[in-house]
Amino acid sequence: MLSDAGLRFELLWRTLPPDWPGGFWWHWLVFTIIILAFVLTLVMGFIYIERRGMGRMQARLGPNRTGPFGLLQPVADAIKVLLKEDITPARGDRIVHWLAPVVAFVPALMIFAVVPFQDGAFLADLNVGLLYIVAISSVSTVGIFMAGWSSNNKYSLLGAMREVAAVVSYEIPLVLSITGVILIAGSLSLNQIVLAQGIPFILLQPLGFLLFFIGGCAEINRSPFDLMEADSELVAGFHTEYSGMKFALFYLVEYGEALAISSIVTTLFLGGWRGPVLPPWLWFLLKVFIVFFVMVWTRTTLPRVRIDQLMALAWKFLFPLALINLLITGIQVLAFPEALPWVMVLVNIVIMAVLVLVWSKLFKLGWGRVEV
Amino acid sequence: MALRTEPFVLNIGPVHPSTHGVFRMRATLDGEVIVDLEPIFGYLHRGIEKLAEERTYTGVIPLTDRLDYLASMSNNLPYVLAVEKLAGISVSERAEYLRVILAELQRIASHLIAVGAFLNDCGAFFTPFLYMFREREKIVDLFEMLSGQRLLYNYMRIGGFNQDVPDEFLPAVQRFLRQMPAFIDEYDYLLAENEILLARAKGVGILPKELAINTGASGPVLRASGVRWDIRKVDPYLVYDRFEFEIPTGTVGDCYDRYRVRVEEMRQSLRIIRQAVEQIPAGPVKGNVPYLIRPPVGEAYARIEAPKGELGFYLVSDNSIAPYRCHIRPPSQINLTALRDMIVGWKIQDAIIIFGSIDITMGEVDR
Amino acid sequence: MKFERYGKGIAKGLTVTIKHLFRHPVTTQYPEQRLNTSRRIRGNELIWDNKKCTGCATCAKACPQGAIEIMTSPDLIENKYKVEKYQVDTGYCIQCGLCVEACPYEALFMGYAYERARYRRGELVQADEMLLASAERPRSGYMYPGIAAELPEQTLLIDRAK
Repeated sequence: MLSDAGLRFELLWRTLPPDWPGGFWWHWLVFTIIILAFVLTLVMGFIYIERRGMGRMQARLGPNRTGPFGLLQPVADAIKVLLKEDITPARGDRIVHWLAPVVAFVPALMIFAVVPFQDGAFLADLNVGLLYIVAISSVSTVGIFMAGWSSNNKYSLLGAMREVAAVVSYEIPLVLSITGVILIAGSLSLNQIVLAQGIPFILLQPLGFLLFFIGGCAEINRSPFDLMEADSELVAGFHTEYSGMKFALFYLVEYGEALAISSIVTTLFLGGWRGPVLPPWLWFLLKVFIVFFVMVWTRTTLPRVRIDQLMALAWKFLFPLALINLLITGIQVLAFPEALPWVMVLVNIVIMAVLVLVWSKLFKLGWGRVEV
Repeated sequence: MALRTEPFVLNIGPVHPSTHGVFRMRATLDGEVIVDLEPIFGYLHRGIEKLAEERTYTGVIPLTDRLDYLASMSNNLPYVLAVEKLAGISVSERAEYLRVILAELQRIASHLIAVGAFLNDCGAFFTPFLYMFREREKIVDLFEMLSGQRLLYNYMRIGGFNQDVPDEFLPAVQRFLRQMPAFIDEYDYLLAENEILLARAKGVGILPKELAINTGASGPVLRASGVRWDIRKVDPYLVYDRFEFEIPTGTVGDCYDRYRVRVEEMRQSLRIIRQAVEQIPAGPVKGNVPYLIRPPVGEAYARIEAPKGELGFYLVSDNSIAPYRCHIRPPSQINLTALRDMIVGWKIQDAIIIFGSIDITMGEVDR
Repeated sequence: MKFERYGKGIAKGLTVTIKHLFRHPVTTQYPEQRLNTSRRIRGNELIWDNKKCTGCATCAKACPQGAIEIMTSPDLIENKYKVEKYQVDTGYCIQCGLCVEACPYEALFMGYAYERARYRRGELVQADEMLLASAERPRSGYMYPGIAAELPEQTLLIDRAK
């Protein structure tokens, strides 16, 4: 006769899905290690690609002295940052100041729990995967606002306020632009979405891709929307007063979220791990790198937008287009479910071109001069 | 129910990654909108006008280099012209043509920095800035060939120059003239029609025509507001009346117009240099002046169209080897007087852009 | 802001940047690669010829900073000045070259080398042997076309990069 504890253990053991190799806890352990390694290594890789790529595009070399081709530069940066003195502002809020980088970084890691690296290779197959991602990614904003508030510094507070306003505005078009993908794939689970991509959804949902890319760049404070940490305006925005390991965590947050958005774009629009010859995880990595390269490219070229123009872009340009995209996708899915995909591709591209052109002609963003 | 807000004072301080030099602005902000602005400068005051009274007339020339340190040749020129006016020294024709070539090359170099720094303030993450530095390096190499230094040249002398240009200078200038127009076109292709730049800079920081004239603005700031005033055409000095060139003028006087005026001026400068290189005669460049000049008692004012505006030198002499008084009319400082009217009503990000578009070098403002 | 040009301006900018990715960068890997400086460079030191110098101190009078210090004593037998001390404080020197231009006996030259940093202020003062020309203290051709003709030609960026 089993004891109370033994009964509980038996129940736990029997609630495993039968096909998971080695049991629940082994799976969890292996994938946690994989995700941590993946995120930390790829963040370093991203930092390297950004510095070298941006350098070449600016007619100079990037870092090339630490290690062959400068590959150890992010490692050198990490070591330098770890050895720095940790300063807390005297009149700032100490606990909030300490907690802010943690609150900002952890959601970026947690997003990868549902991203599929290969068919069946992810930490948890949530059937509400996308909803989970959307919910978690909003939490890091709280961390950034905590950072701006606890620094006791007008510049940081301004940066944090801008950040909150921007992220809240961009949540809506971001979420609406992926509803089209959900409608076509028929499921919120990321693995199902990848499996449903016979042809990549970037062709079937070009407008959705564009809106998600722009909204994603705005969410993670990358150029051209990086006014939260605008170097030439507010010294460094919300992370002015941070040094040492906490600054390293904010740096990781920035590139970690870039990695997260690139992974989501790859999974939703580019076909995830699907590809002909190479192993699937290699395809995933390649696509993530390509998406990030496009982000680096736009960062190098484009100037910054102003805060009121940023908000107007979200509410007056992206939001209506996202709604119209949802409407049109809904009509297509319900009315022509058996249509040839290539016809739908052409139709959608034409619709996107028409909408973008028409919308661009019609509206005006931003305030002018305010009378004082 | 109205939301009660309270204006607060933000110090966009002297040590700042964006303001070009040590310049402090005390802004009163209401949310993000600037309600009042107080510019405070003087952090780079070195007493150049006083120091000039203790050096010989030739010894003041290295001192004038350090006024607008990004455009040194243009600083030497009005001082030398003022002394020549005072002492009645005439300059050989080859020296005048050379002075024109050097002044126009320096104008291109200075406008490159102005445009590059302006676009950097707009947020294009150093890309146009670095492209601009690559082209400025070509000009600075040419100047290094002449004078031996890359930033503070000390090349012009009273009466002409002390050393003639080396033989490889003029062919190198012609090679430069062949390469530069393609670069300016590429630069335009990069950012002139960019929608984000247009949104940031068009209509922002308007300087109306009457205000520009009343505050004594000069240079590209004045021309962008619609006033066709260029000292090279109105009051020609050196041999500018022999060249054919246009004066680019703006219409509205916003930041975008100032940026376009500078880019067009670069193109016109290339045109002037091309004509000057074709017409330059051979001959001596060194003037017939004694080693220690003693001009007769009197005063003289000489002005040129420096890249930043009208740079003038007012010299008073009492027949000794050092000037009795040397006063400098700095274009950057006088252009700065309109700053408050340009910025009030805009936001902090616009304030940075507007300040960048006036193109200020603190060495000139504070002397 | 109006997207009047339908995003064309942004696309044009992107093409320029991506073209630069495939061009050769113009960076020089200092200190492995060095470029030749100008032949008339006003380098960081002064070079003095003690055989031609007569101690007239025209250079000291011409210096705007007062960086040159000369002490002479009369030599009544040969009816000349004997230069006892000739010292240049390179910390005060602004490398303007007015002293070289002023010397009537061609006894003063600017240095050609430019990597002359020191750890202490006192070591910047040049006196005695540190002023004489030698193999590691070459003279620059500023005001001396003869010397300039023997120095290597300057590398220009116009010729190095397109």
